[in-house]
Amino acid sequence: MKKELTCIVCPMGCQLVVDLDEHNQVRAVDNANCKRGVAYATAECVAPMRTVTGTAPIVGGGIVPVKTDRAIPKELMIDCMMVINETYVPADAPIGTIIIENVLDTGANVVTTKDLHGVN
Amino acid sequence: MISIDLVIVGGGSAGMSAAVAAYDAGLRSILLLERGNALGGILLQCVHNGFGLHRFKEELTGPEYAYRYETQVLERNIPFKLNTTVLDISPDRVITAINSEDGLFTIRAGAIILAMGCRERAKGALNIAGTRPAGIFSAGTAQKYINIDGYMPGNEVVILGSGDIGLIMARRMTLEGAHVKAVCELMPYSGGLARNIQQCLNDFDIPLMLSHTVVEIHGRERVTGVTIAHVDEKRRPIPETRQYIACDTLLLSCGLIPENELTCGAGIPLDRVTNGAIVDQNRQTEIPGIFACGNVLHVHDLVDYVSEEAEIAGRAAAAFVQGNAAASDREIALRTDGKIRYTVPQRITAADAVSVYFRVADVYRNVQITVRDGDRVIYEKKKAKVTPGEMETVRLSADHLRTLDGNCLEFSLVLIDAQEEEQS
Ligand code: SF4
Repeated sequence: MKKELTCIVCPMGCQLVVDLDEHNQVRAVDNANCKRGVAYATAECVAPMRTVTGTAPIVGGGIVPVKTDRAIPKELMIDCMMVINETYVPADAPIGTIIIENVLDTGANVVTTKDLHGVN
Repeated sequence: MISIDLVIVGGGSAGMSAAVAAYDAGLRSILLLERGNALGGILLQCVHNGFGLHRFKEELTGPEYAYRYETQVLERNIPFKLNTTVLDISPDRVITAINSEDGLFTIRAGAIILAMGCRERAKGALNIAGTRPAGIFSAGTAQKYINIDGYMPGNEVVILGSGDIGLIMARRMTLEGAHVKAVCELMPYSGGLARNIQQCLNDFDIPLMLSHTVVEIHGRERVTGVTIAHVDEKRRPIPETRQYIACDTLLLSCGLIPENELTCGAGIPLDRVTNGAIVDQNRQTEIPGIFACGNVLHVHDLVDYVSEEAEIAGRAAAAFVQGNAAASDREIALRTDGKIRYTVPQRITAADAVSVYFRVADVYRNVQITVRDGDRVIYEKKKAKVTPGEMETVRLSADHLRTLDGNCLEFSLVLIDAQEEEQS
């Protein structure tokens, strides 16, 4: 069975064509401009993963941008966001501070993406 | 009046990259003027990732990309003033600016780099019938509310326009618990990147309604709904296809436009298509010593390309001040055929290799990008698909440019006939 996918790994957005066998295993990936596209398509057909970005509240007011430091299962994105929204970040946290370790048991940490150190 | 070698107007990605490049080219008297309360510009509200893949070979969020350049500015001790608004730039390079610390002040600049960025087009909202209740925002304003101020502008959302900011906001609001009911796009294709359609809409089953527009806004104090309709090939709404969608928020994502009030004030000629200054390969405008780069020149898809362009301007401005700018030995005008809408630069004055950036007017398949010097084709490149949403590049080598017969290069898009292709 052939399946079309848009590669989201880089802004090129290659239109990949994935060939799946009867057990939904990836047989071949066509149209990828680079090998990261092949890896993406293979993962996407088995267990789609996404990096989550958003903002978390700062102790004492305000918000700071955050992200997961690696992709997490796609279906956990909204749950991850809910945990982030309840996690307060110290007002002087440097960029890259881990605010949630191993979020939802995914192996990913949530880290800040803006430097609050020396700002607040 | 103080004198400074290089004044850069705007402390976003373009301004910071230009400052660093000028410094690294040996210039020390530099001043960066920024209207906001931090360096970084629009990147600071773009908390999503996807920045820096070309530059840093890793995927950064907007604030992280800004931080990398801010660090470079700080490491070099390049002076900057925040909360400072430039009011006027004169053709002989005198800048008038104001802030609460210095009051009103003027600077005589050896060179100026314009790096003011762009803003959202407002026109999308003007021609929609109905009321004007609260709950109508530009996508960028909603982005600022959510990502900087921490305030959600609404719960039930319709987005008009499928440019990247609209797509990014569809995902952002969904992740924060809103219900995005539809993204309507007037054109038969989206202007956004394919990856954003996948990861911002398809991931959350948000429908992308191509060839659709909002024809009426409903509600007294707050938006209660919108009526959308399918449009025909001439983009006129088809009355029988009208459909009501209940919502409390309408986001408008109708494209970006370079912010060139100061440029016009200085009497710098603009390109009618890009809405940015006409520049040469060094990003020098038609007024010597005034350069422009980044989104104030033409709207870029990727910040990586903004940095790249800003470095060209930064180095060239440094050379101008240092008096070692290469003498321009020629004047080649770049022309386009309409299918290609514009090129940046618009003119070339040196025989070095030049990358020419351009956008096409429509989605075309199986095309040949052709550059002609009179009747002679000096460059051609085949592409399976080109779209207005993606900037294209042609790299002309010094060899290409050295041997020109005329003083004009014609950029055109030749549609390859599929049959002809088979026969040949
Ligand atoms: S296949 Fe490679 S080039 Fe194409 S979108 Fe994916 S990562 Fe980018």
